[in-house]
Amino acid sequence: MSAVELSPLQRPNDRLRRRRAVNRAMEVLAWAAGAIGIAILGVVVWSVTKRGAGQLNLDLFTKAPVPFAIGHVKQGLANAFAGSLVIVGLATAMALPVGILVAIYVNEFAPRAVRNAVGLTLDVLNGVPAIVIAIFVFGLLVAAHGQSGFAGAFALAVLMLPLVARATIEVLALVPGTLREASLGLGVPRWRTTLGIILPQSIGGIVTGAVLAVARVAGETAPLLFTSSIVGNSVGWNPAHALQSVPVAIFELSDSPNPDDHARAWAAALVLLLFILVASLSARWLATRSRRKLGRAAR
Amino acid sequence: MSTYDAIGDEARRPFSGRRARLGDLSLQTVAGLAAAGAVSVLGLIAYKVVQGSRLSLSTFGLGFVRGIGWDPVHNHFGAASFLFGTAVTSIGALLLATPLALGIALFLTELAPRWIRGPVTALVETLAAIPSVVIGLWGIIVLGPVLREHVMPALHSTLGFIPLFGTPSPAGTGIFTAIVVLTIMILPIVSSISRELFLGVPTELKEAALGLGATRWEMVRGVVFPYARGGVAAAMILGLGRAVGEAIAVAQVIGGVDNLIGWNLFNGGNSLAAKIALDYQGATSQLEVSSLFYLALILLVFSLVVNLVAQVVVRRVARRQGLVAR
Repeated sequence: MSAVELSPLQRPNDRLRRRRAVNRAMEVLAWAAGAIGIAILGVVVWSVTKRGAGQLNLDLFTKAPVPFAIGHVKQGLANAFAGSLVIVGLATAMALPVGILVAIYVNEFAPRAVRNAVGLTLDVLNGVPAIVIAIFVFGLLVAAHGQSGFAGAFALAVLMLPLVARATIEVLALVPGTLREASLGLGVPRWRTTLGIILPQSIGGIVTGAVLAVARVAGETAPLLFTSSIVGNSVGWNPAHALQSVPVAIFELSDSPNPDDHARAWAAALVLLLFILVASLSARWLATRSRRKLGRAAR
Repeated sequence: MSTYDAIGDEARRPFSGRRARLGDLSLQTVAGLAAAGAVSVLGLIAYKVVQGSRLSLSTFGLGFVRGIGWDPVHNHFGAASFLFGTAVTSIGALLLATPLALGIALFLTELAPRWIRGPVTALVETLAAIPSVVIGLWGIIVLGPVLREHVMPALHSTLGFIPLFGTPSPAGTGIFTAIVVLTIMILPIVSSISRELFLGVPTELKEAALGLGATRWEMVRGVVFPYARGGVAAAMILGLGRAVGEAIAVAQVIGGVDNLIGWNLFNGGNSLAAKIALDYQGATSQLEVSSLFYLALILLVFSLVVNLVAQVVVRRVARRQGLVAR
């Protein structure tokens, strides 16, 4: 191809070369930033996997910790896993119905001004640091009644509430208005439209929000430090007493000078991480699926 | 009597009447109560935290914020060194995380081949899902020694004339380690919000800039950044809020040294949130417990301000762009 006659402005000159060089440099920096982002995740996940995988055995889940163990005693963190199960389960049982009801109120009943106010409150509540929630529940429940799994669950529920409510509000808003109008037009009262038509349509999104919220609070340490942390080593299931939990166990073991304790901390961290990653990924999968379903309904 | 009238009221309109109204009313009431409860939780949090800190408030007043000593033996408490630690760690983390996050967002919206955008976005957001206690564990055992052996001496020998990079501490913990850990924790927040903002920049504007002969970077600087400026500011504010409120990971790596205000980033220190977390079992006197509540009160006020400001900015940006942000 023969060269097209270029005007002086189009011809490569120093200025253009410099602009291109700057552009290139910035592109390289952006690529590097992307690589660093991935590398950080890779390094953290790899460290946890490498150090935790070797310690992963059945004892971790079935045996309680042995205090002042000398030599290699078979011990695990069964009390922490049991406690986490109870506390997170209770928290979900508290936060899920309330969160869904809040979303129903905001979406179906509230006037616009109230809707905005509740939305803003949820966002602000979501931004309150977990450690402040911990202090709050300490003042509300623990100062008078002492630590308990119930107090820990309540603290986690306060963290979960805005997450569940926000997610449900968003998915309820996706339900096509025509569906609501069709139901109301057939003479179905509002409450049955809401519970029988709109909620079932958005169940996928609500489950997604709930799973993400569970994944988020399952790793929360701060709210449990003040509410359910002064515990023995025996496995307990009764939320009336303080229960050990996986994050608090990791926090305490990470501070220990004993390498055996670190090993168990890594194993617990790996289990926690796996749980959270699996939960988030399946939530993501559920989200795309339910959105596709809603998209079909809209057409 | 017509056939229409012959059909009973129930059959003609199966859902009408008292039962439907009762159902509507009860659902509305229950849902309304739930919403009222959710809103009042925020009020209750504020009330309880203020109530708990009353003793410390009346003893130290606003001077608490300026007082340096945290001295359980002489029953004197002040928040200044923790405020300093919080400010240095979170601002440092924000300074490190923002350019990196903007780079990631630009990479994901402008540069990356389409097939890696989805996976990389998911991976970066996964970083946000890692619990802080796991990041903290990694910070103590893996990151700390690396920083102590390699990064801190290197920074000290090259940039040692700046007081920030003084003599490295013998422990791997300290303000600097906390900054790095917090950077990792707020990176996904800032980058995912920025990514969405960049995606919202109208293609016509970008194409117009490219069509005028701008290079890709000039297009980003001239079109993408100005368009997303407000939103990026909000993202930074939210990241700052997260960094300030983070207790556990910071408590694990900051060293837990009270009452120290100095420019050497390699020293140990303590932050507001970490101090509360570290003292969860150690408070002895009522005044000390009340002073911990006071620290929480400072955090609460800060987080309320941060979130309200961020929300206002986000809403304004959303209105201007005519799209719903987030």
